[in-house]
Amino acid sequence: MTTFRRELTVFVRTVIGRAYPRLIGLQRERSWLFFEIVLPLLGTSAFVFIYRALGAQPEFTGFVVLGGAMTAYWMNVLWSMATQFYWEKETGNLALYLIAPTSRMAILLGMALGGMAATTVRALAVLLLGSLVFGVTFTVSDWGSLLLVFFLTLVALYGLGMIFASAFLLYGREAWHMANLLQEPVFLLSGFYFPIKSLGFWISAGASLIPITLGLDAMRQILYPQAGWGFLDVGIETTILAILSVVFLVIAHRMLLWLENVARREGRLTVRGQ
Amino acid sequence: MSQTFAVKTEHLGRIYQIKRKRGEVGLKTLVALEDVNLEVRQGELFGLLGPNGAGKTTLIKILTTLLTPTSGRAWVDGIDVVENPQEVRRRINMVSGGESCGYGLLTVEENLWMFTQFYGLDSKTARERIQYMLEVVGLADRAKTKAYHLSTGMKQKMNFARGFLNDPKILFLDEPTLGLDVQTSRTLRDFIKRWVRERPGKTILLTTHYMAEADELCDRVAIIDKGKILACDTPANLKKKLQGASIFKLQTTPLDSLEHFKQLSGVVQFAGYRRNGHTELNFILEDENALVKVLDALRAKGGHLLSLEKHEPTLEDVFIHLVGRGLSDEEAPPERLL
Repeated sequence: MTTFRRELTVFVRTVIGRAYPRLIGLQRERSWLFFEIVLPLLGTSAFVFIYRALGAQPEFTGFVVLGGAMTAYWMNVLWSMATQFYWEKETGNLALYLIAPTSRMAILLGMALGGMAATTVRALAVLLLGSLVFGVTFTVSDWGSLLLVFFLTLVALYGLGMIFASAFLLYGREAWHMANLLQEPVFLLSGFYFPIKSLGFWISAGASLIPITLGLDAMRQILYPQAGWGFLDVGIETTILAILSVVFLVIAHRMLLWLENVARREGRLTVRGQ
Repeated sequence: MSQTFAVKTEHLGRIYQIKRKRGEVGLKTLVALEDVNLEVRQGELFGLLGPNGAGKTTLIKILTTLLTPTSGRAWVDGIDVVENPQEVRRRINMVSGGESCGYGLLTVEENLWMFTQFYGLDSKTARERIQYMLEVVGLADRAKTKAYHLSTGMKQKMNFARGFLNDPKILFLDEPTLGLDVQTSRTLRDFIKRWVRERPGKTILLTTHYMAEADELCDRVAIIDKGKILACDTPANLKKKLQGASIFKLQTTPLDSLEHFKQLSGVVQFAGYRRNGHTELNFILEDENALVKVLDALRAKGGHLLSLEKHEPTLEDVFIHLVGRGLSDEEAPPERLL
């Protein structure tokens, strides 16, 4: 077996192996259905009622439901992938991952894909129930663009999650605080529940470093072309998302290597209770 | 290197920088390993014997690529652990005693299967090895049990099985029988011996603070304390160093001070502890005649002899001889007097 083929085999098997516990967990611990579907729907509903009370355009209800669905992916990246290395370190699994001749990105990708299954159910449920309860209708003007934007958003988003995860190789609770710190500001800056354009050009431009900001904006434009709340042209946003995807994955790869080496040097790679 | 050793270290050292308490300035340094030179041959079952905190786990972490040394170099199967850690990882595995692995929601066999995937094993090979190892550790009937239903000992056995699944060329066992019951420990020790003997070229580096384990299992043993290798040889040769000496273990009524025993002529080395309401004294004497002086000194201190035992040299005695204190948990109670 050539070196490349051997490495690829290990990579693919690692992804499947690490995704497996998450997929199995979905079947064996069904309580997630309540926590992942019903509760997020309540938060989304609150924004819908606010817009309705203010007499906003009907498209805003659709914006909120779509934002509510995409929130699931951000939460998944933050809590089920980035911070997962913290738990793996505490339980002793991280050391076992690290002594295996496999890629750290493969392990994170496995976590991401496994977690994505539950997240997608949550996102679909929010979309479906939101549509049924609030009578939201989506008119997809271009399925190809929609799927491409969605795919690129996820790649860039999970790339960003891998960058955050690398911090946990070196840090413990300090990195946990970083995740806490990111949660709420990103809710604001990425425009989960409102069009990002309303923040003004420069803040929106800065917020575009968060992949979900542009992803959400582009998807809203594709689903509601007549609303006129788009920040940038869909084509430009798609291009930026493609660039972010590559850049974040490359940075994640380098960060994982670099911080692992620093942690090995400082003796913090497997230290628990940090 | 003309001969490829399974493990080789040259002047290996590791210093930790530790934050000081509030109000203190700078970093405190802790020397975990100092000038460690080891050569473990291919096919050897090599033991690293030392008390808790001696540096055993630090050495294992360096060799398994989890930690870099601050000085010196280390090779595993001829590969530099710092320069090429990924190549080292293809050849090794590690089991830490007292540890579990995997996820509670998965069954035993699912957990083990997951770890085989990190080594790229195809599912057929993986399942065969899992089945074999579960039988070895006595968990075959628990294969479908979810890990969170297992007892602590069973989880440790599952972790032990995991270490062998990728059929590593060099296996690091860090206190593999820690906390396990006598029967399970014996089963695992038998398997460790068999695994090395029946598979030429396989090497095990085992750390332990159980002298009997090191004595029973290892072809050679290195004694480590405070980060330094004090001696390295076969158990028989190490014990030979005490040939001619008389070794006694005494139990006496509680004694306040033991310093004077060390000054007695004829006492080569001595360690004493207070335990369960009595004092235990371990003597290595030049010859049996020196025992009279020991008993006189005991009487002079107002102590009474409860029991006296003479025995053949053990690795424990070798350790006492080298560092002047005991090794095992049993001999390291909170109130070590000397």
